Amino acid sequence: MSTPLLEVEDLRVTFPTPTGPFHAVRGVSFTLGRERLGIVGESGSGKSLTGRSLLRLLPAHAKLEARRLRFDGKDLLTASPREMRALRGKRISLVLQDPKYSLNPVMRVGEQIAEAVRDRGDPKRRALEMLEAVRIRDPERVYGLYPHEVSGGMGQRIMIAMMLAPEPDLLIADEPTSALDVTVQMQVLAILDDLVAKRGMGLIFISHDLDLVSSFCDRVLVMYGGRVMEERHARDLRAATHPYTRGLLNSLPRIDDDRAELPTLQRDPEWLKE
Amino acid sequence: MIHVRDLTVTFGQGTRSVRAARDVSFTVAKGESFGLVGESGSGKSTVLRVLAGLNPYWTGEATVGGVAVAGRDARLPRMVQMVFQDPYASLHPRHTVDRALSEPLEIQGIGDVGPRVERALTDVGLGPAFRFRYPNQLSGGQRQRVAIARALMLEPKVLLLDEPTSALDVSVQAEILNLLRRLRQAHGLTLLLVSHNLAVIAHMCDRLAVMNRGQVVEEMDVATLRRQEPREAYTRQLLLASRGYDREVAAGIVTYD
Ligand SMILES: Nc1ncnc2c1ncn2[C@@H]1O[C@H](COP(=O)(O)OP(=O)(O)OP(=O)(O)O)[C@@H](O)[C@H]1O
Ligand SMILES: Nc1ncnc2c1ncn2[C@@H]1O[C@H](COP(=O)(O)OP(=O)(O)OP(=O)(O)O)[C@@H](O)[C@H]1O
Ligand SMILES: [Mg+2]
Ligand SMILES: [Mg+2]
Repeated sequence: MSTPLLEVEDLRVTFPTPTGPFHAVRGVSFTLGRERLGIVGESGSGKSLTGRSLLRLLPAHAKLEARRLRFDGKDLLTASPREMRALRGKRISLVLQDPKYSLNPVMRVGEQIAEAVRDRGDPKRRALEMLEAVRIRDPERVYGLYPHEVSGGMGQRIMIAMMLAPEPDLLIADEPTSALDVTVQMQVLAILDDLVAKRGMGLIFISHDLDLVSSFCDRVLVMYGGRVMEERHARDLRAATHPYTRGLLNSLPRIDDDRAELPTLQRDPEWLKE
Repeated sequence: MIHVRDLTVTFGQGTRSVRAARDVSFTVAKGESFGLVGESGSGKSTVLRVLAGLNPYWTGEATVGGVAVAGRDARLPRMVQMVFQDPYASLHPRHTVDRALSEPLEIQGIGDVGPRVERALTDVGLGPAFRFRYPNQLSGGQRQRVAIARALMLEPKVLLLDEPTSALDVSVQAEILNLLRRLRQAHGLTLLLVSHNLAVIAHMCDRLAVMNRGQVVEEMDVATLRRQEPREAYTRQLLLASRGYDREVAAGIVTYD
């Protein structure tokens, strides 16, 4: 295989706190080709920070370190702010966890998409096409709505439409479908799937939904406490043996079971020993 | 306990108008847990907001515990409370947990505030130590517990839950679902739960209604959901899609009007 699209080695994100440094991401390593990589793990395990690190979009007081952080051969650690701006939103796109915070509340959603594609052809027509592509019913009406007038799932699809509009090589999608109903979710995933299969886009898919990741992704990283507990073929996720991964799987309700209490995670300090 | 008949909600005017709910009817018995599922934008949150008295523009009939929602009856907030999808947005960032929980009591002129706040915090498994924290000092699951505690402050008979766990990780989701089941039993609560996660609905509800394009397309009991034997093609498609990603299933998805 040629050089991977993305190489991450020993990634660390640290925050200073009054009681000493807090290590939010501690030594994450992976490579990504033109494939679908899932990242799962409990809340606070470092998934979003890992995703944001790749674009160097971290709070100012965060310290980012890595032995290696390369995108398409380019060193992201030494890239200038200007080079990073050129990558962001053009070659690497990030769909943020919370659409409501990433959309401008006083601008019509259609105009926001049009702005993302303003340097190509007729931006309005392209924006309407993008809305249609993410299965928004009645794109003409939705084009003219403000963010508070769209439902939760529509907001999420509008974000995805915006981020896909520039045709990025790498898409980092942080909980991109958590507000979508299952049929729309499946259609949106099919769009991402096709972009990976046909255009060779690389996809990092961050999600709490272990069943979804296991059916959609090629590989999956399971994170806990800023570390990767295990890496697996997504198809085999249900057969995972690590007690943390098992704990996550067991806490999922299932449509055909009638357990009264769901088991919750019993954490073991051993998991974080180096 | 909850009675909705021919509920219709329209947003906007003229050609730009949209019927977010069309002739929606359902009934939820006292102590029952009822689910609402369906496509994004199908009107689920809209129905909940009407019942919570948050949307004044609608037609039809809606009563909760015998109190008409349209009358803006002062008894309503003590009858029904709502928990929103987003635990990050639903708490004021500069108000302590104490303030968030005291406020509904003060508005209603209820005394004995301190002990009630502490009891509510214990009820949702947080304890009094959390009383003077700010939202940014809480995890997502803890915030959702505070939001549930706040909804319970006025001891409502009905809890409206709009995607209460979709922003939470699976272990915290399990904690919240266990909590809701326990509270429902302890207080004889009636629940109306919106979720796109059919497993969550199967775990929590006795019956459910499936919505599409503002309308209820079918109602069923949870046994039918577990056996995956719905009546309508729309619901069959929903169940198929909930089994995980499949490119072929995705290609076969059709739009129902
Ligand atoms: N700006 C910040 N300052 C201090 N700590 C932070 C900051 N941002 C994140 N953290 C901490 O870093 C850890 C990892 O956060 P991150 O957002 O990556 O978690 P996550 O896995 O995405 O969780 P979730 O599933 O809840 O989105 C958490 O403990 C979080 O509290
Ligand atoms: N304030 C508003 N102004 C205009 N249209 C609105 C407003 N609120 C909701 N709508 C429209 O009403 C319809 C139903 O929205 P609603 O939020 O009830 O959907 P939902 O079923 O809860 O969807 P989701 O699962 O995505 O949250 C959507 O088409 C939405 O655009
Ligand atoms: Mg996150
Ligand atoms: Mg909604």
